[in-house]
Amino acid sequence: MQFSELWLRSFVSPDLDSDALGHLLTMAGLEVEEQDGVAAVFSKVVVAQIVEAEKHPNADKLRVCKVDAGQGELLQIVCGAPNAAAGIRIPCALVGADLAGFGIKAAKLRGIESFGMLCSAKELGISEESSGLLVLPEDAPVGTDLREYLALNDTLFTIKLTPNRADCLSLTGIAREVAALTGSPLSFPACDPVAATHDATRAIVLDAPEACPRYCGRIIRGVNAKAPTPEWMKQRLARSGIRAISALVDVTNYVMLELGQPLHAFDEAKLSGAIHVRFPVEGEQVVLLNGQTVTPAADTLLIADESRALALAGVMGGEDSGITLDTTDLFLESAFFAPDAIAGRARAHGFSSDASYRFERGVDFALAGKAIERATRLILDICGGQPGPVMESVAQSKLPARAPIRLRAARVRRVLGIALSADAVAEMFVRLNLDVVREGEDFVVTPPSYRFDLEIEEDLIEEIARLHGYDNIPVLAPRGPISMLPRPEARRDAMFVRRLVAGREFQEVINFAFVEEAWERDFAGNTDPVRLANPIASQMSVMRSTLIGGLVANLVTNRKRQTSRVRVFEIGRCFTRSPSGQPVEGFHQPIRLAVLAGGLARPEQWGETGRNVDFFDLKADLEALLFPRVAEFERAVHPALHPGRSARVVLDGKVVGFIGELHPVWVQRYELGTAPVVFEIELDILLESVTPAYREVSRFPAVTRDLALVVDQEVAAAQLLKGLQSVAPAIVQRIELFDQYQGKGIEQNRKSLAFRVVMQETQKTLEDAEVDAVMTALTRHAEESLGAKLRA
Amino acid sequence: MDQLDQLVAQAETDFSAAADGAALEMAKARYLGKAGSLTELLKGLGKLDPEARKSAGAEINRAKAAIEALLSARRDALQRAALEAQLAAEALDVTLPGRGAGVGGLHPVVRTLERVEQLFRSIGFDVAEGPEIETDFYNFTALNTPANHPARSMHDTFYLENGEGVMLRTHTSPVQIRAMQAHVEAYKDRDTMPELRVIAPGRVYRVDSDATHSPMFHQVEGLWVGESVSFADLKGVVADFLRSFFESDDLQVRFRPSFFPFTEPSAEIDVAFMSGALKGRWLEIAGCGMVHPNVLRFGGIDPERYTGFAFGMGPDRLTMLRYGVNDLRLFFEGDLRFLGQFR
Repeated sequence: MQFSELWLRSFVSPDLDSDALGHLLTMAGLEVEEQDGVAAVFSKVVVAQIVEAEKHPNADKLRVCKVDAGQGELLQIVCGAPNAAAGIRIPCALVGADLAGFGIKAAKLRGIESFGMLCSAKELGISEESSGLLVLPEDAPVGTDLREYLALNDTLFTIKLTPNRADCLSLTGIAREVAALTGSPLSFPACDPVAATHDATRAIVLDAPEACPRYCGRIIRGVNAKAPTPEWMKQRLARSGIRAISALVDVTNYVMLELGQPLHAFDEAKLSGAIHVRFPVEGEQVVLLNGQTVTPAADTLLIADESRALALAGVMGGEDSGITLDTTDLFLESAFFAPDAIAGRARAHGFSSDASYRFERGVDFALAGKAIERATRLILDICGGQPGPVMESVAQSKLPARAPIRLRAARVRRVLGIALSADAVAEMFVRLNLDVVREGEDFVVTPPSYRFDLEIEEDLIEEIARLHGYDNIPVLAPRGPISMLPRPEARRDAMFVRRLVAGREFQEVINFAFVEEAWERDFAGNTDPVRLANPIASQMSVMRSTLIGGLVANLVTNRKRQTSRVRVFEIGRCFTRSPSGQPVEGFHQPIRLAVLAGGLARPEQWGETGRNVDFFDLKADLEALLFPRVAEFERAVHPALHPGRSARVVLDGKVVGFIGELHPVWVQRYELGTAPVVFEIELDILLESVTPAYREVSRFPAVTRDLALVVDQEVAAAQLLKGLQSVAPAIVQRIELFDQYQGKGIEQNRKSLAFRVVMQETQKTLEDAEVDAVMTALTRHAEESLGAKLRA
Repeated sequence: MDQLDQLVAQAETDFSAAADGAALEMAKARYLGKAGSLTELLKGLGKLDPEARKSAGAEINRAKAAIEALLSARRDALQRAALEAQLAAEALDVTLPGRGAGVGGLHPVVRTLERVEQLFRSIGFDVAEGPEIETDFYNFTALNTPANHPARSMHDTFYLENGEGVMLRTHTSPVQIRAMQAHVEAYKDRDTMPELRVIAPGRVYRVDSDATHSPMFHQVEGLWVGESVSFADLKGVVADFLRSFFESDDLQVRFRPSFFPFTEPSAEIDVAFMSGALKGRWLEIAGCGMVHPNVLRFGGIDPERYTGFAFGMGPDRLTMLRYGVNDLRLFFEGDLRFLGQFR
């Protein structure tokens, strides 16, 4: 909402300068977004007339003008503007004038003396662009100070109104607010009834009284639609950001800005029969003022006559029933449409209008009559004509209710944390023009017809807070019963996990949750992703079911920017359809951690030969994150991964993630150079840990024996290890694989796996016989179950 | 006995001349070995009478002790020299860079979230979360924003294909309702429900994209419900947080009336720094207010018995202000040259 300070001050003028007024509005909830003077700062610029304009003898593009600036004698001024011509009235900066810091002095231009400067709108900061001198009306009084003549000592305010304050979508609405905040007297434009001079009427039928409970109309005959709009009205419209169009349209816009009541003028000659306010019949069409043909939905309210639909009620008029410059008789509409009947209707057709913006937020339902009188007066003054009587159809019971609200003094104290006297509260309600009855400690308040935002006690408490000033509410140190929050030791939080991952040289990234559809196919084998109905771009059209795509994109981006060693991770939600999804039915939305490493395993450094990161580097990272829990890794096929170099991660018998080298096909397609290694795992798994449990440390020496077993190539190390562990007696503390060997000395298709077996007793020193027995048992088990042989 | 003194002096000269352990042992043999000069002298004692033997013996033993002391001193000196030579040979160029893995880091916005969580935890707030595909009920209706409410047009919502009544959440406020419902459920058997203090950081989505808007961004929701929670407390908590977060005691904080369907009274929070590039400018940083009674009711809480406040902040903006980042999009591009600056 943009408006002129001078216009506002014609209704209420508190003793505040522009900045203080802006601050007052902002701090009352009418946030001033922009505040600018209508012109640059300048002085000694007056209205002048060019009496003579001759070509400059020494310059083709200059003219030597004789100018009457009301100084008693004509001024000689050299001017370069193409439109400088005898007769026109223009702004003239006199010698000694100051144009935003630029001083005007008497000067010689190409040998001709010049006493002043003729100005364009741009030079005066009135507009951004101009082509030549600013031509003033023919009746502009010569010699008058230009600031005064064009009312340039004015400030434009742009207010960002919140949707609850529809009552401030007019000058009088803002004035009412300023009066309440400052206590300054408020004057209102006269809306006195204009007596009818004929008795022509047209029936008005409210077919949908819930949607339109009040409709006023008036026929005005014999208007001159071509009459010029007065300068003062054009100026106020312009300063509210509305272009002048024609006198009748300008008046309706002016009254809307002034009072907040949207009006519409129909050409009376184009109407037939009664006016109906109704919902459309199936397939009905309306051609709107903007040329658009629409087929309104069944819940879109229409203005119609007996032959056709004329307009979208409260949204926009129709093209063939509106006024033109040839209109002589008009039918003026001033109605109240219920917010629910208008909300979203303009948006449904892809536009917004000043009228719909106001109606969907709430227009004063008692205003229609006043507004039609105000508009009539202005039309008669500007365009002439003869008014008929005001016709009003009203469904009283369907008008918005204004139920009394009970406000308890104790509740004010409780919600705001301040104690206000009952008298102070009463005084605020008076200033807000609210109808109040005091009942003991309580106030019973009936809100006015223009306030749609006052419904419950808290709404009144906010009004009290606003008038008291949010700044004046104390800042209290938080108080409350203190008790410790549960922090289970066996539960880690996500930040802890992030720190662990970062500690292993990974950089966290945050990628969009909507991704390219191809990523879902390539990295998750997902052909039925959760799709957005209104994506912002096609490459952000589906919800990701894996974090891998984003990490691969990070690798691509950074390789393009000359970083080839990339180690990144993300913790974020993934999305799939799932009938059993919770907490939102139908969708599974787990939070996962994914990690990608590409390029060298270690940063390039002295004393180490570089090697690329591989499966086992990342496996170590994942194992460290899971520690002290131990997961199993099972060969598995995953669409994103190299089928021979990928595994699912299994913990307590449940698959919790996957790990592997990216499939060579994707490495080539996404131009990744070398294959990165990735893993993805449910975050929840990493948040679960264990509380440490103590085991006695033995004081007796441990015995270590190595066991090298030759097995078939296909035997997985974990398979053999698990078998050994399953038969190891209690004295075996641990069995670790420390070497794998293939090659010379080992048969083709066989490999040697070497284990270190550590044995210890807590109560005594182990004897050789016991140790030998264990080693024999382990060897025998390996031989029998997996065809292992002791390595020679 | 001049002869003995000369012998000691000679031994000293010989020992000093020995350049290493082997040479020293050879020199030692010349004096103390089986055929060494002193050994010979001792052997000659037998020829003397007992008186003379006693005094000559004492002299010889004194000389022997002196030579042994010289020997030991020389041994030590040689060992020290050898060690020094070894150490000198083993010296490193300590200015070579350290070897091994480098360091990683958190995302700058997460760094902010971590600080936000820590600060609020210090006054007893727990951390909650909620789904990002959210139902219309939690995202709007339960937040006092029924269908067709003008406030819905403030949020440009991402909807799902074939997803009736679901959307990408436009704010973290739905977590308010979920947290209240869970809290009420947890304490349904008690006469008095303990206070609910919770913050909910997370990702939110709106159809909007330019230098200052990202279609996915972050919010932190805060909620405190109790039997005596007021707007003055809200001002206290938020101002305390902002000054702690920016580590600036003179940070200016102001509250001005605003509108959110889920709070009443509502406020917008502005801050102004007293130094730096943004000095003196009011910057919008958060929205807040007293939880609307309808919202408390949707959370299962009696608004007559309990009041509460809620706030929502943009951690992306907090991060930008904190570190002077001027383009929101940098957070979501994954450029390691940018992200690596926040380690």
